[in-house]
Amino acid sequence: MPRTDCQSSYEESKMIRFLDIQKSYDNGTKALKGVSMRIDDGEFTFLVGPSGSGKSTIIKLITGEEQASGGRIMVNGYNMNSIRPNQIPYMRRTLGVIFQDFRLIEKKTVRENLEFAMRAVGASPREIRKRISYVLDLVDLMRKGDRYPSQLSGGEQQRVAIARALVNNPQMIIADEPTGNLDPQRSLEIMTLLEKINELGTTMLVVTHEKELVNRFSKRVIAIENGRIISDETGGYYKNEEII
Amino acid sequence: MKKSYNLGYYFSEGFHSIFTHGLMSFAAVMMIVACLLIMGSFSLVALNLERELGKLERDNEFLAFVDESYTREQAQALQGRLEALPNVAAVAFETKETAQQNYAEKYASDANAGLYSELPAEVFRDRYSVHVKDLSLLQATIDAVEGVEGIEGHQAAPEVAEGFVLIRNVATAIALILIFMLLAISLFIIYNTIKLGTFTRREEIAIMKMCGATNGFVRGPFVFEGMLLGLFGAVVAFFLQWGVYALIAQAIDTGDTFQLITVIPFGEIWNMVLGIFAATGLVVGTGGSVMAIRKFLQV
Repeated sequence: MPRTDCQSSYEESKMIRFLDIQKSYDNGTKALKGVSMRIDDGEFTFLVGPSGSGKSTIIKLITGEEQASGGRIMVNGYNMNSIRPNQIPYMRRTLGVIFQDFRLIEKKTVRENLEFAMRAVGASPREIRKRISYVLDLVDLMRKGDRYPSQLSGGEQQRVAIARALVNNPQMIIADEPTGNLDPQRSLEIMTLLEKINELGTTMLVVTHEKELVNRFSKRVIAIENGRIISDETGGYYKNEEII
Repeated sequence: MKKSYNLGYYFSEGFHSIFTHGLMSFAAVMMIVACLLIMGSFSLVALNLERELGKLERDNEFLAFVDESYTREQAQALQGRLEALPNVAAVAFETKETAQQNYAEKYASDANAGLYSELPAEVFRDRYSVHVKDLSLLQATIDAVEGVEGIEGHQAAPEVAEGFVLIRNVATAIALILIFMLLAISLFIIYNTIKLGTFTRREEIAIMKMCGATNGFVRGPFVFEGMLLGLFGAVVAFFLQWGVYALIAQAIDTGDTFQLITVIPFGEIWNMVLGIFAATGLVVGTGGSVMAIRKFLQV
């Protein structure tokens, strides 16, 4: 993909930058009211806050599902305010997204689910074979490549979803409540896996409600409430019980 | 290289999808077959009538009589003016003596042959036989010839030609109306078939889009599915059309009612019919699927 006008310099290319972002929906809801933040290359960041605080809107703005009503957004070098619709797929290839409900294709095996994600970006069969083996090994599912999602536990399904997010070698992974459907032990395993992936160089943005998990990992925590960032510090927002 | 991987993927996914919702695919194919068959039948009727009309036009002539007061030289001098008239293909001069001779020969086997052969040449007039280019303009051409100074009267039988022109125009009009109506119906059916496919696969489409698939890649399998349905319908319709046409042609050739008509053999037109059917099937299939997938690409 050739470099285009909406891509900025290399210094800005591997990060997320929100500058005074406003977002209002057609029904009049003001989801974000002047959010500014910066996530640099290689960071592990938790985004926390109560329901309706604006976390999902931030993710939608990053993935290009929604456009900001005001302010400026840069995602991995793409200016989201002026990005053309035909460039959004190429921007999304720099991201991997993990959902709370896994969103695996039930009629495809683990391997086929990963293959599907790689085919979507036009990878060759050789690239697909090589990369899938590496990623399955990374998430410790090498022996379960031929199983269907329904034959796996919740934790394993989420590991497949993580593998799918990783398979196209994104610069950043966005995990939206990745442990929401898992028991505490599996949640810890998943979070540890995400930390391991981060240590291998992938920037991580994790949206979660899991107070204990956030507190267990000493990472940067951005707390949002009523469409505004109320704290941004390393060490854990949920330690302050009064704010919850 | 990536394009060829994608083409293989589009084809296998599109082909597989046809059987995933087989009943709807079957309905779509049958609809395309019905539409092409009706459309094809009317078009072939129009084509045959057009051919018959062409033949009639080549044979068609009317007689224009020269004013009796004109000398032979004056009468022959009219030829250039008649040839210059619009829709006149050819003009042939015939003297009254030749006309008398032809008349006598024509009725030589008649019971009253003597009556005709003894008619004096003065009863006849010098004349022109005028061939027209377009039979539908016969009356206008007769009027124009009558308007030439030195032409006094004519003899023509435009009824047969007018009958053919009328039938051809009606068949063409019906064919055109049916083509548009049936194309719209086929498009709608294909649209719904593909839409059903996109609906059942909406989760996959959303995942593909989130992974960074381009609209073209997401659209690919559905376009292939539409193309395959359209093409399959076209091939089935072609063979049915062949059968129907052969039956009708046989009935016309052996029957007494349509002695005037000779049907174009299917062997002369099969490639044109197949080409038009295939092109129509492909356009309808592709168009319907592109329309159906549009909504699902806005993720």
